[in-house]
Amino acid sequence: MWKWLHPYANPEVSYHFTNKLLPWLSVLAAVFLCIGLVWALLFAPADYQQGHSFRIFYVHVPAASLSMGIYFAMAIAAFCSLVWQLKLADASAAAMAPVGAAFTAIALITGSAWGKPMWGTWWVWDARLTSELILLFLYLGVIALHSAFEDKNLAGKAAGILTLVGVINIPIIKYSVDWWNTLHQGSTVSKLGKPSMALDMLWPFIVCFIGFSLLVGVIICLRFRNEILARNSIRPWVRELVKTHKNK
Amino acid sequence: MQFSSFSEFIDMGGYGFYVWLSFGTTALILSFLLVSSKAGHQKIINEIAKRQQRDDKLRQAREIRKQEKRSINEVTE
Repeated sequence: MWKWLHPYANPEVSYHFTNKLLPWLSVLAAVFLCIGLVWALLFAPADYQQGHSFRIFYVHVPAASLSMGIYFAMAIAAFCSLVWQLKLADASAAAMAPVGAAFTAIALITGSAWGKPMWGTWWVWDARLTSELILLFLYLGVIALHSAFEDKNLAGKAAGILTLVGVINIPIIKYSVDWWNTLHQGSTVSKLGKPSMALDMLWPFIVCFIGFSLLVGVIICLRFRNEILARNSIRPWVRELVKTHKNK
Repeated sequence: MQFSSFSEFIDMGGYGFYVWLSFGTTALILSFLLVSSKAGHQKIINEIAKRQQRDDKLRQAREIRKQEKRSINEVTE
């Protein structure tokens, strides 16, 4: 496996690989999101208790689970960069942070907009909501640290340490609905064994989830590419590339 | 299809404001992120190009100065 992975530790190879991956990912993301969102908004049945407000579920839950998933991926990248000094891992962690922050913000906003009609309040300081808010602050801290130092290696180290310390928040978010009495409902989809959801609600959710995940992939690839260029600006291959792409 | 008319679809059984607020902000945030990430590529390339031009100019200036010094030295000798 290492032999196979090794060439991807080269920034130039990674850059071109990302470039080749991008159109495929983009098309797939567009297809899945279009099908998923039309299905979720038009064809999925309304909930028998929550009515059509239930449709918020189809963005809220993918956004929330992706906000945690991206953080976890970022933590793995940060770990690799701290332990093995992989510079590309640093670049990928820096590429992931803003995407994760955006999805955390989406989870919080859609959650609020769902909470208002269902719970009667935009916000409560309950375990799930508060820990998700802390996740947003962690992301913002990581982004700030990445841009706080001129030296990208130093910035990566500082941001990486914050990322790893913040990992403790992920299980807290995940299990907050089981550990504490919260206003937030328990999980419906990821229950081990059978999800406690009707199939005609579950399928559009799965399509939406895949669509959002692919979109995350697209945006991370776009940002990863930028990070590679910014970090390798004095390399000959970047100089060549800049000459051909300048002010196109 | 769960809705019989377009206005019913917009109304979302009375929850229209909340549903469209959610989908709207999601679309807004994600499209902003997507566009700015995409635009960042050209921006970085232009920045690097500018830095390269500046470096090239500095190098040229240094060489010209060196030549001038050399020629002055030749004259004084």
